[in-house]
Amino acid sequence: MDTSLNWIKDLVPGLECTDQEYMDAMTLSGTKVEQGNRLDKNLSKIVIGQVKKIEKHPDADKLVICQVDVGEDDLIQIVTGAPNVFENAKVPVVLDGGSVAGGHDGKIVEGGVKIKKGKLRGVESCGMMCSIEELGSTTEMFPDAAEDGLYILPEDAPVGESAPHYLGLDDLVVEYEVTSNRVDCFSILGIAREAAATFDKKFVPPVVTETGNSEDVNDYIKVRVEDKELCKRYTARVVKNVKFAPSPIWMQKRLRSQGIRPINNLVDITNYVMEEFGQPMHAYDLDTIAGKEIVVKRAEKGEKFTTLDGQERELDDSMLMICDAEKSVGIAGIMGGENSMITEKVSNILFEAACFDGTNIRLSGKKLGMRTDASAKFEKGLDPNLAMEAMNRACQLIEELGVGEVVGGAVDVYDTKREGLRVPFEPEKYNKLLGTDIPAETMIGYFAKIDLGYDKETNEILVPSWRQDVLCDADLAEEVARFYGYDKIPTTLPNGQSTTGKISFKQYIEKIARQVAEYCGFSQGMTYSFESPKVYDKLLIDQDDNVRNAIKISNPLGEDFSIMRTLSLNGMLTSLSTNYGRRNKNVRLYEMGNIYIPKQLPLTELPDERKQLTLGMYGEGDFFEMKGVVEELLYQVGMRNKPEYDPKAELNFLHPGKQANIIYDGKVVGYLGEVHPTVCANYAIKDRVYIAVIDMPTVTEMASFDYKYEGIVNFPASSRDISMVVPKEVLVGDIEKVFDQRGGKYLESYKLFDLYEGEQIKDGFKSVAYSLVFRGKEKNLEEADISKAMKKILNGLEELGIELRA
Amino acid sequence: MKERLQKIQEDAMRQINEAVNLSVLNDVRVAFLGKKGELTAVLKGMKDVAPEDRPKVGQFVNEARKQIEEALESTKEKLEKAALDKKLKEEVIDVTLPAKRNKIGHRHPNTLVLDEVERIFTGMGYEVVEGPELEYDYYNFEALNIPANHPAKDEQDTFYIDDKILLRTQTSPVQVRVMEKQKPPIRMIAPGRVFRADEVDATHSPSFHQIEGMVIDKNVTFSDLKGTLTMFVQQMFGKDTKVKFRPHHFPFTEPSAEMDISCFKCGGKGCRFCKGEGWIEILGCGMVHPRVLRMSGIDPEEYQGFAFGVGLERISLLKYEIDDMRLLYENDERFLKQF
Repeated sequence: MDTSLNWIKDLVPGLECTDQEYMDAMTLSGTKVEQGNRLDKNLSKIVIGQVKKIEKHPDADKLVICQVDVGEDDLIQIVTGAPNVFENAKVPVVLDGGSVAGGHDGKIVEGGVKIKKGKLRGVESCGMMCSIEELGSTTEMFPDAAEDGLYILPEDAPVGESAPHYLGLDDLVVEYEVTSNRVDCFSILGIAREAAATFDKKFVPPVVTETGNSEDVNDYIKVRVEDKELCKRYTARVVKNVKFAPSPIWMQKRLRSQGIRPINNLVDITNYVMEEFGQPMHAYDLDTIAGKEIVVKRAEKGEKFTTLDGQERELDDSMLMICDAEKSVGIAGIMGGENSMITEKVSNILFEAACFDGTNIRLSGKKLGMRTDASAKFEKGLDPNLAMEAMNRACQLIEELGVGEVVGGAVDVYDTKREGLRVPFEPEKYNKLLGTDIPAETMIGYFAKIDLGYDKETNEILVPSWRQDVLCDADLAEEVARFYGYDKIPTTLPNGQSTTGKISFKQYIEKIARQVAEYCGFSQGMTYSFESPKVYDKLLIDQDDNVRNAIKISNPLGEDFSIMRTLSLNGMLTSLSTNYGRRNKNVRLYEMGNIYIPKQLPLTELPDERKQLTLGMYGEGDFFEMKGVVEELLYQVGMRNKPEYDPKAELNFLHPGKQANIIYDGKVVGYLGEVHPTVCANYAIKDRVYIAVIDMPTVTEMASFDYKYEGIVNFPASSRDISMVVPKEVLVGDIEKVFDQRGGKYLESYKLFDLYEGEQIKDGFKSVAYSLVFRGKEKNLEEADISKAMKKILNGLEELGIELRA
Repeated sequence: MKERLQKIQEDAMRQINEAVNLSVLNDVRVAFLGKKGELTAVLKGMKDVAPEDRPKVGQFVNEARKQIEEALESTKEKLEKAALDKKLKEEVIDVTLPAKRNKIGHRHPNTLVLDEVERIFTGMGYEVVEGPELEYDYYNFEALNIPANHPAKDEQDTFYIDDKILLRTQTSPVQVRVMEKQKPPIRMIAPGRVFRADEVDATHSPSFHQIEGMVIDKNVTFSDLKGTLTMFVQQMFGKDTKVKFRPHHFPFTEPSAEMDISCFKCGGKGCRFCKGEGWIEILGCGMVHPRVLRMSGIDPEEYQGFAFGVGLERISLLKYEIDDMRLLYENDERFLKQF
């Protein structure tokens, strides 16, 4: 919403403030000012002048020398090349030392253009006569200005006076962010009422007077509203013998300052009233209305209708139409029809001011892809009481401007009158909510400023119908707070019963996981939760894999953001690819983010959101380093048993020989591996990439910090080395399982110290050597204790087909 | 005899003084005090001394021995110190040579800010809670006093899965979920991912984060809201930060406000950073709407409270002066390394 400050000041007599004071105060009382734009920014020393005499320039064909009366004793001499200059023309003149907004090509110059006395082809020129563009406006806003040349002012323009003032450019256009609850503030009157209350001045709205001749409008038109849900009120009046003319300067000025182009008296009046009251109006050519009847009803399904912009629209039966006895003549609240539009030949018009259902207008506009100035107002949900006021105001202006003859009376179909609301006045409640101690009389004073009355007898606040947002205590408390001043409300801290500040166990485990990743050199990335379904092809996921069952967004930003990820890998690989493409070396990233696993598709309940810790790296490091990070993480969250690794993870996106599910206490907690070279190629990474994905809910379930100090044993340790010839397919993990299961209580630790495959070892075998450490907790071990344990181990190894090396 | 002893002592003293290192000194000790040393020889020759002179000679010998030993000891200390000094001198390093640092990863700026926010609020007794990112329309809108067809629903370009489930557009639904489950007093913050249908550019992202906060108790007031948020921003942006509360409208709070803070770059004088305003809009807040309390099963006649919502990215971008939101989701290591 924009308003001219001059217009506001006219409605709030005595409002005196600087532009900045106005904007700051309005913002603090709740009508937030986005910005203010002075129309005369960079205009200085510009007056109305009259060209008295024109002579040819001695040395230039295209220049003339003018003697100009600028209201001073002497004429001043100005040289101009403007083609449309003539003697006695009145024009805006910028004097020596003044400035204009820009060039006559319409280009606005930052800071303006200074005009100085100088010589043009040897002839002195003491200023410049201006085009409308040089004054910072356009021929669109000033249709009477020449397309090319000086702006020739009306003959009655007062010579010597300020031209920007004369043209209404000495104004501040204030842009507000009006919130959706303050429908009343989408109008000049609404903003002016707020301004008056803010500055504690009187709000003086225009006095709407009786209009109309002795005829009866009912002889001209009947109105029948079939859908009273969607049309809460319909008012109509008739104007005869319309004569078009430009509207008066004062009205043009105001429209221009609102950014509206003046067109003719009739159009200007409807626009003016729409700005002033926030109520859209529509004018029909009465002679096109068949049967002298208006019917408000829903459109036929599939009905075709041509709007006044010449476009054919297809309607459905949710849309409200204005019809006559035979046909549709307008889409209610959105746009009139071509068949009933005002043309130059019009003589009698039908004025409509109605109140349509906001939601319906919004939805219809959306379906039709149309949002007009009128529909933008209606969709906010107008006060039906506004319609007749606006109608009468328009007719008053019709008479004042002599546009035509207003027929007496008005048609008003308004079954359920909207009344204002009565809300009990409970000042203690407002103070309790605000933490203030404002006296009740002061509150009543605040309410009075914005036309919220007080009924002493019933102790109720009377809320006018235009304040649809004031319904309860909290709403009234806000009105009090606004005018008391948010800044004056004290600053305190809550003092009730104390509460415990904490993060959950889950959040704590996630925090540790992040720390471990960071200590291992991984930096934290963040990627989107939605991605393209094509991701599954890039990751070589089978067509019938369950992982492809992703939740689809019904209105995505595009296919690339259309499904909720079921794997966290694409974001990671995309980020690594970005880094690789930018030649960053040895990159390590991690992400802590959700995947979304539907329990059923289509969704019948919310999906399972599972937080995944995803680690990815290229450059330095290998599979086992990644495995080290995984084990460090599990250890740090208290998962101190030995994890197992199942190489048969069957993950297509990983190298078939370098992948494993991570298993802890028999449960899969995640997977790791080298990314399949084809997948790497799909992400344009020409390096080996290692990833690990940890399912945090599973980890959180198994994490525990319940462990105890085990004591330091002082008995000496004995170690035994064993060197084995092992069938190739036996995993080192299988050997370690034998140690774990058969080593007995004295086996303290073991360590792989040699692994070899090659010439000295027979085909299909590898050489594996371990160092085993035995120690007793309560006694010095004897040889027999150790050999007993070793024997058990060797038996177990034998079962795996392992031979001891000589 | 006495002269002989004197000479031995003198010789020993001279040689001790002349010793240049510990091994020469040791040779001196052996030469005089060793098994075959000169003084030992004198002792061995005691049998030839007249018995009546023996105590006297013995005393001389012991004295000489004592003096030699003392001289040896003090010289040894001196030489050892010299040797250590020499060793230390040789080991001098250039301490300005580069450090060997562990390569530790970097935390995302959003997380750094969130950690800070959580630290501040848990310190004030707030619990950090979470809610689902895919949410029912009811929690995201209806229970927050945004009924079907409310224009605010359009303003928040929502991604829908179907007519009941959507990607939450705000963290406010967590307020409702907490109120449904928990009896007041409640003090919570709820950080998390939210989604809106905005095309990606320097200032927009279809996925970003908010931090919701809410306090419900018997006597929590708007002035408590002011105090709490003032304390928060002063801890976050520095104790000289000034605040401004402006009236605003949110369907789920009444009265509502937007909070500005004085520009931390120019201190409020107005600069390019704050677009000359001197103030930066930082968050929305208000008193929880009685209708929202009632819908969540809390009696507004008994309880009241405040709520606020902060954009996490808004703070990260401001705090670290990051000029393009896209950087937060690209994960370029050269960017991440700066945090």
